[in-house]
Amino acid sequence: MSTVTSPAQTARKMTPKSMVGWGAVAVVGAVSWTALALLRGESVSALWILFAALSSYAIAYRFYSRFISYRVLRVDNTRATPAERLENGHDFDVTDRRVLFGHHFAAIAGAGPLVGPVLAAQMGYLPGTIWIIVGVIFAGAVQDMVVLFFSMRRDGKSLGQMVREEIGTIGGIAALIAVFAIMIIILAVLALVVVNALAESPWGVFSIGLTIPIALFMGFYLRFLRPGRVTEATAIGVALLLAAIIGGGYVEQMGLAQTLTLSKETLVLCLVVYGFLASILPVWMLLTPRDYLSTFMKIGVIVLLAIGLIIARPVLQNQAVTDFAINGNGPVFAGKLFPFVFITIACGALSGFHALIASGTTPKMIAKESQVRMIGYGGMLAESFVAIGALIAASVINQGLYFAINSPAGATGGNATSAAGFIGTLGFTISPADLNAAAQSIHEITLLSRTGGAPTLAFGISLIFTKAFGGGLAAFWYHFAIMFEALFILTAVDAGTRVGRFMLQDTIGNVWHKYANISWRPASWSASAVVVGLWGYMLYVGVTDPLGGINQLFPLFGISNQLLAAIALALCVTLMFKHGKGKYAWVPGVPLAWDLIVTMTASWQKVFSGDAKLGYFEQRSVYQAALDKGDLLAPAKNVDQMHQIITNSTVNGFLQALFALLTLIVVASAIPVWIKAAKKGGLPTNEVPPQPSHLVAPADFFATAQEKEAVREYEASERNLAHSGRPR
Amino acid sequence: MRTAVLKAVGGIRWYLKQATGEAKWDEYLERCRSEDVEPMSRRDFEWRRAEYKENNPQSRCC
Repeated sequence: MSTVTSPAQTARKMTPKSMVGWGAVAVVGAVSWTALALLRGESVSALWILFAALSSYAIAYRFYSRFISYRVLRVDNTRATPAERLENGHDFDVTDRRVLFGHHFAAIAGAGPLVGPVLAAQMGYLPGTIWIIVGVIFAGAVQDMVVLFFSMRRDGKSLGQMVREEIGTIGGIAALIAVFAIMIIILAVLALVVVNALAESPWGVFSIGLTIPIALFMGFYLRFLRPGRVTEATAIGVALLLAAIIGGGYVEQMGLAQTLTLSKETLVLCLVVYGFLASILPVWMLLTPRDYLSTFMKIGVIVLLAIGLIIARPVLQNQAVTDFAINGNGPVFAGKLFPFVFITIACGALSGFHALIASGTTPKMIAKESQVRMIGYGGMLAESFVAIGALIAASVINQGLYFAINSPAGATGGNATSAAGFIGTLGFTISPADLNAAAQSIHEITLLSRTGGAPTLAFGISLIFTKAFGGGLAAFWYHFAIMFEALFILTAVDAGTRVGRFMLQDTIGNVWHKYANISWRPASWSASAVVVGLWGYMLYVGVTDPLGGINQLFPLFGISNQLLAAIALALCVTLMFKHGKGKYAWVPGVPLAWDLIVTMTASWQKVFSGDAKLGYFEQRSVYQAALDKGDLLAPAKNVDQMHQIITNSTVNGFLQALFALLTLIVVASAIPVWIKAAKKGGLPTNEVPPQPSHLVAPADFFATAQEKEAVREYEASERNLAHSGRPR
Repeated sequence: MRTAVLKAVGGIRWYLKQATGEAKWDEYLERCRSEDVEPMSRRDFEWRRAEYKENNPQSRCC
């Protein structure tokens, strides 16, 4: 049978034409990086970041991912993928590579790559830029691609299953608990971002609130009116969504402004109730249509942002590296550049959560083995590009305003005068009048302490789009961006709650069989309630924390996400050794070592640091000591808040220690396997034995002439077979 | 020029149909035709697919 990429072909020398082309890309990259390294002051264009990123991605994709694909993993197109062997039209389903790329990207990229870089901008634009680009090339994209490959070779087994089978039971159990706990934290922090974006914003509440009836309408449309016409229903949905954003501008005139100005506590309640309902309602009603809307908006806005950046060519207002990077006392989150830039930016550089997607749906849909490169590595590069866009959006804002939006309420004091005073102490100047004018320009009551990243990003996007497309639509673009972010956070919360519920039912089902039955109401309702209750509690902790929820919880989110990455990378290293490829164990091994250094340093500091701003337990004891003496410690305003800080710090510190411990258990149980496998030159694994592949499909985004010819031949032979009545 | 535009529009339509899963129905009809089987109604077909999604949620990342 013909195979598209034979090993001989991969060793092919580059043609002179492609050498010139790649030489040019390398020159663009070198010039952009040099410009970023040398240019300082007030005229650094954001496009340098954009081009440094794009050219680095192109080179990494062309050379490094190719090396991983053909040398390290040795993808084999003569081997049938699970999709080809087990095709059932549902989960195992041969899918066109470009379509699967879209699915995979939509599943991995959400609010994470938008929020992290915005917060990390407190340390300047350069640390974030370097980490996002270098991190994705050598760590994030490698993890995604290698996990995808190994899961594909095991019929799409999940990360937890693979750890249990390939490393051991103890490691497997630790990984399972870690995955569940980390998912709860991620849901809570994402929900916190939405709450902070919608609190005191009647326009936002109006338009996001309307997404529920819009999704319900689409659900009924697809169920009863015109089943299956997804494109049509989504087009109607998007039109209604835009109308909802525009309509939000008139809440004042409609007399709804008062009713829709909700406090954070009210929003938490709304979200918890909503999350519970969404997880027990049939998916066709709310979840599926919302997913279509959110995917469409996601891709639309990202494309629009790339175009907007190139047209607007904004100048960076941020410094290359701020003082906060060195002294670690920034108001957005505490801690120095090392390790906290690498923690704050998880998604976009290295995100462990992706390992769950790369070992779930995607590996069951791949047509040919060679496509793991495009889907796994390429998909993650696309997410990294989103993170770069977010970093730029946060860095084109006036820096005084940036800190006014992102400092906790305890610091800004809640009014323009006190906020301007506080910003002055940080070394930036902005007048109270300017702060008010900025809020008015986008029709918000206030922008002070709107932490969580979404308002900052939306403000930056609004600046860029207003400059690029004109028309004085700043307020519309701001709420458009808020809508886009809130929409897919809510989708992630819906889907995550449901996945968490299934995980819980499955786990408890091991002991009590009946509980695993997903259509048994008492089980599904109680499991949903537990999952919602857990993330709802963490969300409440974040919202009411006098020290600022994002400030306290975001590091926990970043660290836990990267600890999950450590588990995934430890599995990859294990499998490299077990497959007798110890020579190349450094490919996942170097990012694993780096990730462990970063996350363990950060975990250590968050748990044991003697600086009360940084260490959770030190924070606890400082506030406890003050409380014992009957003192109030700022920013707490009463005894209740003192108690709140003490409880929250204890919970956060405990979780932090737990996550680090679970990861260490997984890594520690993997190391003996590495040693044993390295000594023996390999160990048996649970890889499915090779079976011949008959499918022919191109490997990369663009098919080569040879590949096209091979596909034509293959399709012709398939037609002949169909005519001669081959039994299916 | 015109053919290029038509080709691009066709490509986008194809992509949307594939990505949204609408193409599944066409494939099903095609299969029924080649096997000479009476296809079920579109509604039944889509309901079956929804039933599957109901029990196999896909995680969305951050």
